[in-house]
Amino acid sequence: MPEAARTFTDLNYLDQLSNGESAVHRLDPRAKLLTVMVFIAMVVSFDRYEVSALLPYFFFPAVMIPVAGIPARYIARKYLFLLPFAVLIGIFNPVFDRDTAMFLGPFAVSGGLVSFASILIRFTLTALAAFILVAVTGFNGICLSLERFKVPKVFCVQLMMLYRYIFVLSNEAVRMGKARDMRSAGGKGKGVRVFGSLIGHLLLRTWDRAQRVHMAMLSRGFTGEFHIRRPLAFRAPDMAFVLFWCPLFILLRCFDPVSAIGRLLLGGV
Amino acid sequence: MHMADALISPAVGGTMWAVSAAAVAYCSKKVKKNLDEHKVPLMGVLGAFVFAAMMINFTIPGTGSSGHLGGGLLLAVLLGPHAAFLVIASVLVVQALFFADGGLLALGCNIFNLGFFPAFIAYPLIYRKIVREKVTTARLAAASIIAAVIGLQLGAFSVVLETLASGISSLPFTTFVLLMQPIHLAIGVGEGIVTASIVSFVWKADPRILEGPSTTKPSRPAPAGYLVGILLAAALLIGGLLSWYASSHPDGLEWSIAKAIGKGELQGSDRIHDFMASLQEKTAFLPDYAFRQSKPDASQGMQGTDGRLGTSVSGIVGGLFTLGLAFLLGFALKRFSFKGR
Repeated sequence: MPEAARTFTDLNYLDQLSNGESAVHRLDPRAKLLTVMVFIAMVVSFDRYEVSALLPYFFFPAVMIPVAGIPARYIARKYLFLLPFAVLIGIFNPVFDRDTAMFLGPFAVSGGLVSFASILIRFTLTALAAFILVAVTGFNGICLSLERFKVPKVFCVQLMMLYRYIFVLSNEAVRMGKARDMRSAGGKGKGVRVFGSLIGHLLLRTWDRAQRVHMAMLSRGFTGEFHIRRPLAFRAPDMAFVLFWCPLFILLRCFDPVSAIGRLLLGGV
Repeated sequence: MHMADALISPAVGGTMWAVSAAAVAYCSKKVKKNLDEHKVPLMGVLGAFVFAAMMINFTIPGTGSSGHLGGGLLLAVLLGPHAAFLVIASVLVVQALFFADGGLLALGCNIFNLGFFPAFIAYPLIYRKIVREKVTTARLAAASIIAAVIGLQLGAFSVVLETLASGISSLPFTTFVLLMQPIHLAIGVGEGIVTASIVSFVWKADPRILEGPSTTKPSRPAPAGYLVGILLAAALLIGGLLSWYASSHPDGLEWSIAKAIGKGELQGSDRIHDFMASLQEKTAFLPDYAFRQSKPDASQGMQGTDGRLGTSVSGIVGGLFTLGLAFLLGFALKRFSFKGR
């Protein structure tokens, strides 16, 4: 159960972060969404043996996390929790790709190890970017910008409804799970049969709730649109944000400053 | 089964984004046209329900581990394919954003793998075929299990194809398939049993809920054409990507040949590679490492291996330097923003 509870508090916490008031929070969600997507596309587009040229991309999280006031420790913990998955998806590369890729002094490094390192770095960068996006934009902001990007309205409303009810229903589910666990002596009653009827009950209640929700929404004049505190407006700072980061990401993709810096530091070896 | 961004190439990610976006658009249109109004909040709340259901575990007999509901097939049973597809897609969006469970660029792949197969293959072609004539507990169970297994098998195979087409992982095709399919067979059986137990519970408690999707029967025959169309388009796209991957594979061959022949060959293809790189082509294997920097080395008349050594060391030194700079900047900004408050 602790895992479910943690997932739930995690969601709550990320949602809270998105209500912050930093300069980054105040930017238009569309600017942030676009920038993060360009970031991910550039990071992912590198060759699979690329390691060093990926490292300059760490500037983006390194700037965004402190400026937006996201607790670095929280991000680090979340990241460490995910790391095993990243290792799992990359671990096969050193096994199957044993050709020598480069020499570090006397040591020959296999291509698999290089691409494994590359996968870990990619994973770190893309996961960080996604967290940052949510933490500084909030889910509703993302949905609103999706709507402006011509994503069908039905889908956007679906996303927002889903998000609103996650908190309510998860609370209920965590309580139900806890109640079951406290009544199950020695792991009895934790099997599929009880689970089925437990979830079935939750489903029936959810169904009724959905109908009540819909009635309530209709009686308050719901016409298929949600309203938020910050109406979207693409202003100069948003433009500046996009025009600063996106060309930078693209430049870093085309030119590799890292090796140049390295050679400079080593005195032109 | 959620794919991460780290293993995806932009071509595959972009293609699957396009496919999934088209499917979302199509389903949105369908839902708007076919479903009665009150289904829209229902969809949202059911999406949240899937999340909630994931928070309750059940123990898997004999293993000591625990599993939870995936929910794709259950949603299809409750809502019908189009609405279910939208709900699954929305669940995946939330998972990608809040839990890094699947990447943002990989979202298109994940929506396709986890949404399309249960909603448009497993449910209409298997589940409904079994349950349609007569509803009994045994039929519900058999239909759920078979449909869940087939849906997940197709999804898992699709993961293999997409990963392979991306070419980031070195996992050979057969090994990957032999790894993925049996694991997802087990997961599919589990998902099927859980779905069956929920569906039969709901069927006993309130059968009207399960009738929902079957009342829209008249409009069913037409979508089959679309379905085939979407499938075909996806197959063509994936096939195209695969062959593109295959044709760019000689790069690896070229590289090993070049390595066998020696440095003269390397310099010979230098210009081509520069050209390719400037075209933003994803040509390269390792050569990028040695080629770009072997130019000054060549003019100084240094040996190939030494040149390479210089490259990798300078890459690492430069990389560490950059990384350090990024962290320093981060800390400085943190200081600054705290003082600013």
